[in-house]
Amino acid sequence: MNAKAIVVTSGKGGVGKTTTTANVGAALAKLGEKVCVVDTDVGLRNLDVVMGLEGRVVFDLIDVFEGRCKLRQAVIRDKRVETLYLLAASQTKDKSSLSEQRMQETVKRLLEDEGFDRVVIDSPAGIESGFRTAASAADGALVVVNPEVSSVRDADRIIGLLESREIAEVRLIVNRLRPAMVRRGDMLEVDDVLEILGVKLIGIVPEDEQVLISTNVGSPMSLEAGSNKTSAAQAFRNIARRIRGDEVPFLQFDERRGFIAGLRKLFGGA
Amino acid sequence: MFGLFRRRKSRDALKERLKLVLSYDRAKLTPGKMEELKSELLGVIGKYFPSEAEEYDVRFEQHGDRMVLVANLPIRTDRK
Repeated sequence: MNAKAIVVTSGKGGVGKTTTTANVGAALAKLGEKVCVVDTDVGLRNLDVVMGLEGRVVFDLIDVFEGRCKLRQAVIRDKRVETLYLLAASQTKDKSSLSEQRMQETVKRLLEDEGFDRVVIDSPAGIESGFRTAASAADGALVVVNPEVSSVRDADRIIGLLESREIAEVRLIVNRLRPAMVRRGDMLEVDDVLEILGVKLIGIVPEDEQVLISTNVGSPMSLEAGSNKTSAAQAFRNIARRIRGDEVPFLQFDERRGFIAGLRKLFGGA
Repeated sequence: MFGLFRRRKSRDALKERLKLVLSYDRAKLTPGKMEELKSELLGVIGKYFPSEAEEYDVRFEQHGDRMVLVANLPIRTDRK
């Protein structure tokens, strides 16, 4: 992706935006980019705890917007990866100083004055002011979708809004895929989601209990050395590489075995 | 082979439902409004041709990037 400022969004809540932001941001930093992850979910900040940096937040995005601190003071450096930084959202309810213009200025300064290669913006759920603020500063988007009815519907709405903002690069992450359910015919396949939503795929992340375990301890899983080739951690690392333009094959979960599967393949079935 | 006798896959049902609901969402039209459109169309066509309401089919179809409103309106010709 050419985009330097990438918003992670979904419409629906609880589909994995914050986990994706933390892990893709961390994986990009591990690949050598100077990355700032920005939480724009004002009033419900969570990127700090998911990344295990909650104890170090002093200033937040609203402090920056209202000039209570310098941008550099609000950006927290992650000690595990040299080039990973967090700009936290505020926990106050007051969203009055959220503005598209301030967001755009802040992201521009991160990229131009502070020397960041990439800014990954965690959007709040919904399509209101929080989402608009987050999207306003982005030139690329990762739309996170779960293969289920309400998430796909909301993703469609979000994609429409992103396109009307003329965000050039909109990419889809199918998150929490359950291969066994797909094999049984009880979950949408990735191809179904792509056919319905009509955007380019950049990642398939399997349901993986390791995600919860790593957020319990505040350590993005993409930072940990993993050997499991079909884990969510690996999927997030692959997404980071694809963002950087590498050709990485998608993880294959749907290896069907046996006679019927052989027949299906023979007759051109999936 | 027992797969043939199994219940319909929930994936297929979901895919169909999503396509339908998204076509209404994208067109910013409610299914109720579509019914209105259908009956108005019926009224207009009925002025010119004898027709039967039950056979009318009006729906959205996705043609690549483009959404198309497809109306299938058979008319009675009574050619005996």
